[in-house]
Amino acid sequence: MVEQVLQNLSQFVPETVLLVTFCAVILTDVILKGRPMAALGVGLAGTVAAGILAAGQFGAPQAVFHGMISVDPFAAFFKVLVAVSTVLVFLISLYSSEVRSAVKRMGEYSALIVSATLGMFLMAGASNLLMIVLALELTSLSSYILAGYTKEAPDSSEASLKYILYGAMSSGVMLYGISLVYGLTGATELTGVRIALAAGAGVNYPLLLVASIMIVVGFGYKISAVPFHFWTPDVYEGAPITITAFLSVGSKAAGFAMMIRFFVTTSYGDLGSMLGVLQGFEWPKLVAIISVLSMTLGNLVAIWQDNLKRMLAYSSIAHAGYMLMGVVVFTQNGLSAVLIYLVVYMFMNLGAFYVVMLVAGATGSEDINAYRGLSQRAPLLSVALVIFLISLTGLPPTAGFVGKLYIFSALLDAKWMWLAVIGAINSVISLYYYVRVVRNMYLRDTEVSAPPVVLTRPQTVLLFVMLIPTLLLGLYFAPLVDLAHASVALFGVR
Amino acid sequence: MDDILTWLEHPGLTHFLLLSVLLFSMGLYAILTRKNAIMVLMGIELMLNASGINFIAFGRYSTGTFDGQVITVFVIILAAAEAAIALAIVLNIYQTFNTVNVDEINKLKD
Repeated sequence: MVEQVLQNLSQFVPETVLLVTFCAVILTDVILKGRPMAALGVGLAGTVAAGILAAGQFGAPQAVFHGMISVDPFAAFFKVLVAVSTVLVFLISLYSSEVRSAVKRMGEYSALIVSATLGMFLMAGASNLLMIVLALELTSLSSYILAGYTKEAPDSSEASLKYILYGAMSSGVMLYGISLVYGLTGATELTGVRIALAAGAGVNYPLLLVASIMIVVGFGYKISAVPFHFWTPDVYEGAPITITAFLSVGSKAAGFAMMIRFFVTTSYGDLGSMLGVLQGFEWPKLVAIISVLSMTLGNLVAIWQDNLKRMLAYSSIAHAGYMLMGVVVFTQNGLSAVLIYLVVYMFMNLGAFYVVMLVAGATGSEDINAYRGLSQRAPLLSVALVIFLISLTGLPPTAGFVGKLYIFSALLDAKWMWLAVIGAINSVISLYYYVRVVRNMYLRDTEVSAPPVVLTRPQTVLLFVMLIPTLLLGLYFAPLVDLAHASVALFGVR
Repeated sequence: MDDILTWLEHPGLTHFLLLSVLLFSMGLYAILTRKNAIMVLMGIELMLNASGINFIAFGRYSTGTFDGQVITVFVIILAAAEAAIALAIVLNIYQTFNTVNVDEINKLKD
């Protein structure tokens, strides 16, 4: 027993490191009261260590702690992705005026980011219904507080209230769905659910469908897909930009990891998924409809937004739709395309939020009019933002093009022609609102009173940390593609 | 009438499932109709406890393992943690907006 636990713990090192970091951040904050940034440093160091340790887990798949958690390349891929995004968010936080305005709560800020990261690590590996719920809640509860971190600002308070009301409701619905699945199959492990469904005896299929849809509500909320997206624009606009960036990348990636593992592990035979057990019910169509709704609504509403943060919120809903297209296909190509897209999305989206944050820090506004003539006041930032926005649109030679390319080629391989057409039309629509920002920066004259945006050297370096991968992954992407394929290979889908 | 009484005298899985569906629906109804943030939170608690009842009932009557009971303990802890955080956020909202009516807290809008 003890040996088994110790053996399992050796597979659990990245999470343990994060847990220790969490405690260390709080202790640092208490001991070094006068130096709040020390806590952030500890959190940053711990996350880097956890990410490096997680990178060593691309070995043979293992189930630890009685099948609660899977340690496999798929989980490792997402753990590294989440760790990188957390590290970038920590670095961005160094230059955030919002975060600095409440610098005396820096310890709490860092500790909660670390605990949310721990939740995302667990989400990536969760292979038990109970673990799925607990990991999801750990991430969510930390994010609720983080969204209201600048609690003196009404926007931030409102964001955290809306976030917790929508979030608690969707997790309540999801939990009820999970309780039904437990009742119908008598299993809590995902493999046990599959075995029970494959045996088929005494399973009430209509009820199973209801339960599956309830669980999809929970996943849909986490990845902010339509029609579970209502919290996204308000929370993204109200929360501090660093937290918005964190939620839009880390949280979404972990949600996709959990969703893909859930559907793949509970699927059997040719039925594709748990949802497929109902005779004549084509579950990919359901996911396809969610995907189309997310893309179309996200892109169409983004056109009308004048607040850049809100625009990026709708754009993140649209991107969830693009990624869901890969889940619809449900082949090895489709699933690895989602992984590729998430990596690409991390760099370009964090980069865009970083530029928005720097401009907001200098001009005090996130409005699109604050970007008038920005090219004269901040040439480097303007070029960087153009590249990030082109990448978000999905045009070559940026990384966004590679992400879209793999999603669309997987779609065409699987004969999902109509979905690919809608996806392509949506990419064109998205060009419109991204170009609006570019037009304001380059073709409009700056206002006389507008202050220049001056970058310090470390800020410039951080900008390049996100800019270089966005360009490089557009030209040299073979290693990433290989890694993504290797990470989904263990699922054995065609 | 006697049938109903006999049915009530011998509680089985169905009774508990009915109770949980009732609780879940009441919770959902409260969330959708109430304007007071505290009442919405109470609706959420009802939904969480409905699934707790489900887990125990299924564990007792249909699977015969203790998994259901164990999960329920975790669900209770989750509900407590969620309530603690939600109430802190609502308190902060009251200090900022001087109201806990979710319809009036609407600064962020298109």
